[in-house]
Amino acid sequence: MIVSKNDIPSFLDKLIGEYQVFAPVQEGSYTLFKQICSGADAALTDGNTKLPAKEIIFPQSEKLFSYNVTAEGAKLESIIDDRKKVVFGVRPCDAKSLTLLDNVFNNDKYQDPYYLTRRANTILVGIGCNSPASTCFCTSVKGGPFDTKGLDLLLVDIGDAYVVEVVTEKGKTLIDNAGFASASEADKAAAAKAKDEAQVTCQVNTDGLKEKLDVNFYDPIWEKIHEKCLGCGACTYLCPTCHCFDIVDDAVDCNGCRVRNWDSCAFPLFTLHGSGHNPRTSNKERYRNRIMHKFKYFVDNFGEIACVGCGRCIKNCPVNMDIRVVLEDVRGSEARLDS
Amino acid sequence: MKNPYLPLPVKLVKNFTETEDKLIHTFTLQFLSEEDEKSFPYMPGQFAELCVFGKGEAPFGIASSPTEPGFLKFSVAKVGVVSTALHLMEEGTMVGVRGPLGNYYPVEEFKGKNVVIIGGGFAFTTLRSLATYMLHPDRRGDYGDITVIYGARNPGLLLYKEELAAWEQSPDINLITTIDRPVEGWNGRVGFIPAVTEEVAPSAENTYAIICGPPVMIKFTMPVLEKLGFPAERIIMSLENRMKCGIGMCGRCNVGGKYVCKDGPVFTRAQLNELPNEY
Ligand SMILES: Cc1cc2nc3c(=O)[nH]c(=O)nc-3n(C[C@H](O)[C@H](O)[C@H](O)COP(=O)(O)OP(=O)(O)OC[C@H]3O[C@@H](n4cnc5c(N)ncnc54)[C@H](O)[C@@H]3O)c2cc1C
Ligand code: SF4
Ligand code: SF4
Ligand code: FES
Repeated sequence: MIVSKNDIPSFLDKLIGEYQVFAPVQEGSYTLFKQICSGADAALTDGNTKLPAKEIIFPQSEKLFSYNVTAEGAKLESIIDDRKKVVFGVRPCDAKSLTLLDNVFNNDKYQDPYYLTRRANTILVGIGCNSPASTCFCTSVKGGPFDTKGLDLLLVDIGDAYVVEVVTEKGKTLIDNAGFASASEADKAAAAKAKDEAQVTCQVNTDGLKEKLDVNFYDPIWEKIHEKCLGCGACTYLCPTCHCFDIVDDAVDCNGCRVRNWDSCAFPLFTLHGSGHNPRTSNKERYRNRIMHKFKYFVDNFGEIACVGCGRCIKNCPVNMDIRVVLEDVRGSEARLDS
Repeated sequence: MKNPYLPLPVKLVKNFTETEDKLIHTFTLQFLSEEDEKSFPYMPGQFAELCVFGKGEAPFGIASSPTEPGFLKFSVAKVGVVSTALHLMEEGTMVGVRGPLGNYYPVEEFKGKNVVIIGGGFAFTTLRSLATYMLHPDRRGDYGDITVIYGARNPGLLLYKEELAAWEQSPDINLITTIDRPVEGWNGRVGFIPAVTEEVAPSAENTYAIICGPPVMIKFTMPVLEKLGFPAERIIMSLENRMKCGIGMCGRCNVGGKYVCKDGPVFTRAQLNELPNEY
């Protein structure tokens, strides 16, 4: 199928009646995913949004339940968001990140009803990346600029129109009555060409990386790697696969809510014990944990690397820590130490 | 879908000052209904998140044993927001309990074996649960000798004095208590846990050792157990990494790829030897 770019706003307007629709919206010099009230607000520009689409499914701050406690008992009410949502214009890397997070929030013992309900009620409409940024390295972590993993529909930009590829049944229902025309052979060829020409220029060699991480926990290389890191946590807040959170109460006396907020393993208090003992005393242990978690522990637990190569942590680190360089350093740790 | 974040409301029926320094209180909690109690089936070694509505929640080991129906017990050191709020709480107040969480001591594996329980300081909570469980008349026959080596800085800091007195008299359990320095009127042993363990020298033959206490105590007791011939598979520990969710999602408590809340808190020394020492 095919849809002209000019028809996108009216298509979104129709969806807005039935769904909460989220799309990239221009905010100064960058774009952010926001709920839109009008299809015209969607800014489907090149490149990734400043923050990942993750927060639509796993908000930065979210009420889990409200409570009202008296001497006789406690009335608790879960606050579960089951509204139907469409995320329009999500990039393949962000869509894939949700498939990784699914493992966490639906683990071998527990299900998280907040995340899973939102996830089940959300349709992800992706736009492939014709011109990936210099910081993108999705192809090095088993993704790609037109990868459909996690998506329900994929749009391929062929100039003044998008060729629409149906990925799931869920995606199909969204366009069943949209009145899109069938894509001609020429349109399909144009889409194939766009896919072909998209160049992820940056390649990170991950050969042997896991094997290295399996054995180098105590390697002196970690003393050097973290040196620049300030422990500000920006990389973790911007990362589509990071999922750490804190749980706090927001209440006046016995009436209130329990709330969860994003947290970060980059912070010293994150692991501080009540006794004062802290198993990760410095940025060295904390930065190492971030790398280990993404490239070893997650692989051990779920068989996949927990990085989608979106490059946000590279673009936004205040001291220019570059995860690509870190991975190269880790891979070459023995050679470096020998010299 | 069951919501693992929702606590069960429970009534605080007793707020007991456990230690002389008043820093540890033991709380007895009662479920509001039998149905609630049934929905909380636990085993020795498991923990729960205790919630003080308006203040938040924190994880604590369950000190009571499933063989003691009708209530839950927790012993809590006053260190921060939730624990302080609990300490100040009046009897009859409503709090919340979320769990049971984590794995438990492998009591099935202990069958037909001797068990040595080694505890230091106020980490004795889930060890009390374990000892009480095994001493229950229906179960005592399942196990061989049960030895408890339990130490505190001074006699006033020992927890569960009533139970200790009863165990002292019981032929079913061999209790050795110790304090760091001599005190007038103390008839038990004097000395640190590692040294006392070496003196008592429990036989490693057909025996499991369960050890819980501050990191230094564990660090120095471990070589003693090894010298006595305990293999790493039969040394059992309980970790206390900082936790929030308790269900393997908040990412806080990992040791390597394992989450203490979900894969632990109980691990064998052999399992820990495979993991980085971030605990
Ligand atoms: C499996 C498990 C079992 C446990 N069992 C028990 C038990 O049976 N009994 C028991 O007493 N404890 C137990 N603990 C420890 C207990 O969970 C902690 O002591 C608990 O977090 C206390 O909660 P709190 O809200 O009172 O403390 P918090 O307010 O969370 O404070 C905890 C510590 O962190 C420090 N801290 C917090 N915020 C800051 C800050 N902003 N800046 C600097 N420092 C800060 C505090 O000074 C304090 O030392 C257990 C822990 C685990 C994981
Ligand atoms: S953004 Fe950069 S400085 Fe901040 S925690 Fe991440 S790596 Fe360290
Ligand atoms: S680690 Fe960096 S590049 Fe990888 S997914 Fe997270 S933010 Fe993107
Ligand atoms: S406490 Fe959240 S992962 Fe263990």
